[in-house]
Amino acid sequence: MICLVLASVSCEKGTDSPDPGPVDPKPAPLTWTKPSHFPDPVYDLSKNPLTAEGVELGRFLFYDGILSRTDNIGCGTCHQQQAAFTHHGHDLSHGVDDKLGTRNAPSVQNMAWYTSFFWDGGVHDLDLVPPVPIQNPVEMDEKTGNVLQKLRNTPVAGAAKQVDYPKMFKAAFGTDEINGERMMKALSQFMLTMVSATSRYDYYALGDASALTTQQKEGLALFKQKCSGCHSGELFTDMGFRNNGLIPNKINDQGRYEITLNEADRLKFKVPSLRNVGLTAPYMHDGRYTSLQQVLDHYANDQASSPADSIYNSPSLDPLLKPAGKKPGVRLSATEKQSIIAFLRTLNDEQFITDKRFSDPGIGTSL
Amino acid sequence: MIFFIRLWPEFKIRRALFRYPFIRVPFFIFSGFIDAQTGVCAVLLKFMHTMKRKLFYVLLPALAVLSGVFIMGCKDNNEPGTDPTVSGSLHLDFDNVVGNEDLKLNAQTYQNSVGESFTVSIFNYYISNFELLRADGGSFIVPQDSSYFLIRESNEASQKATINNVPVGEYTGVRFIVGIDSTRSVADESKRKGILDRFSGPTNEEAMYWDWNPGYIFVKMEGSSPAAVESPNGKYYYHIGGFGGRTVKTLNNIRTVQIDFESKKAVVTTELSPEVHVLADVLKIFDGPTQLSISEHTSVMFDDFSKNIADNYVNMFRFDDINAD
Repeated sequence: MICLVLASVSCEKGTDSPDPGPVDPKPAPLTWTKPSHFPDPVYDLSKNPLTAEGVELGRFLFYDGILSRTDNIGCGTCHQQQAAFTHHGHDLSHGVDDKLGTRNAPSVQNMAWYTSFFWDGGVHDLDLVPPVPIQNPVEMDEKTGNVLQKLRNTPVAGAAKQVDYPKMFKAAFGTDEINGERMMKALSQFMLTMVSATSRYDYYALGDASALTTQQKEGLALFKQKCSGCHSGELFTDMGFRNNGLIPNKINDQGRYEITLNEADRLKFKVPSLRNVGLTAPYMHDGRYTSLQQVLDHYANDQASSPADSIYNSPSLDPLLKPAGKKPGVRLSATEKQSIIAFLRTLNDEQFITDKRFSDPGIGTSL
Repeated sequence: MIFFIRLWPEFKIRRALFRYPFIRVPFFIFSGFIDAQTGVCAVLLKFMHTMKRKLFYVLLPALAVLSGVFIMGCKDNNEPGTDPTVSGSLHLDFDNVVGNEDLKLNAQTYQNSVGESFTVSIFNYYISNFELLRADGGSFIVPQDSSYFLIRESNEASQKATINNVPVGEYTGVRFIVGIDSTRSVADESKRKGILDRFSGPTNEEAMYWDWNPGYIFVKMEGSSPAAVESPNGKYYYHIGGFGGRTVKTLNNIRTVQIDFESKKAVVTTELSPEVHVLADVLKIFDGPTQLSISEHTSVMFDDFSKNIADNYVNMFRFDDINAD
């Protein structure tokens, strides 16, 4: 009997590869926790369960310039952590060969709650976000097929930054196969972990009344009254598309219309989240305003610099900016504006912008 | 027909049900709950009324295709089985031409119907959802997973669409769509392998996908023309796509083509794999219901005018000949 067992064991061994090596560890599941005051996430985490290895792979991919044709523009180039993952100081961003885009880089944060992406909401699935900048001729100008091939060819002998992507894909997904689906899923995993919910406002919302000053609380009350028609909920956006009366400039960006070809959508853009808004200047889809003061002056339609209307009254102008029988805009006094700005700054999340889990692992490029 | 159910008042639904009684059947398949009076699936109707618009435009095309497949399937007496003893193959050769000449990329200058000369540097198109037609009115619907092709003038192998597991028989025509159906256009990654893979392979190499407004580019034609005066590099660009929209109804440039094999038949046996030659005439893209002028429309992509080009190119295919084997 024992002989038989031994014989069968040896037979099994005989069919194994000569050097079986150690058993590969399974990727370690990562628990994704929803902040208690946030709504349920939109992204279906069950179709892409987070793992420590998957998130780490996503972080490397996010920062690695290998995603671009010129190997020097990564996601992190225009989405910088200290500016809440926007492009600090850039109204429009420049990609490969310093080519200029036409829209302001939006923040990468709280992506799990987004129903659509980009200023025009053209993309509905976080997994489909990365190919847009990768293949845009003025951003990374690379084909995803080429990116995959470059990733397969790592580590490159003699390269300054030694990254072994086949090894990282294997750690994250079990085999070293590198394909588009895996790459996008890893990037999504990383971006899903980028949750900003630890601002002073959050502590206030969770019950710490001392987290906000009197002026900030006044600002919050005013905000709820005057701004939350669009910037609603804990994400401070209704995820809708609205025309906020910006005068079209030379770019003549038609926004949402370019996706739907519906006349009613002309000049409409995604209502952005206001989380970290104090860190994400310049503002608006084309970055035309450099300060929150300018933004509020626009909405109040009383810019100090010019007596002319700042709000451009076109057929798709948002009804909330068209009070019956009055000039367009939201009535705000100078003091009210100051209180609202004081409140908006409490949405800055210092923990989020310094969290090492979201930082460049040492492969990024900033321009 | 599902649109009628959603949009029509009840008396119209009843009338539709009277005229097209078969639509009850797919509803029955979907749910098993049929309203005794109208024959309409009550659960489905209620669901349609209550669900959000975003689901509306994804689900309806999906149901339409499903029920379409079911209905068409009923017409077919032959089981589209994979038994090699009763099935064979059929090849569709797509030969791109310009009038009576063979299309030559870059090398040759042609003239369109408004008298503009042009060259062609890229000419690609998706064709999909094939149905082989028989003289008796029956048909064989090619299983959808084997029914997507990207014809590229620059790649000779791509110009032969081979359909396997075709039930033996005589076929007198073929029907297909130019483009990718809406269901597949919003399908999960696992349904987008091979020629439909957005991230690598021919779709990515040929940039036949709009990432920013996700959807396949159905027909892509580019080249140079002295008439392209507005263009900084003298090139014209026609990228035609639009499957109807995911969350809101938008441009739908899916077009159905039917080609009759005239007096000929494609006879599929276990030994014979006929080759059907189909010509695709670039000149028809410029000349159809709309006369397309390069100087007036130098670049047409995702915009309303693209419908006119789709209405032109739907007529670019014509039957040429059949090789018995």
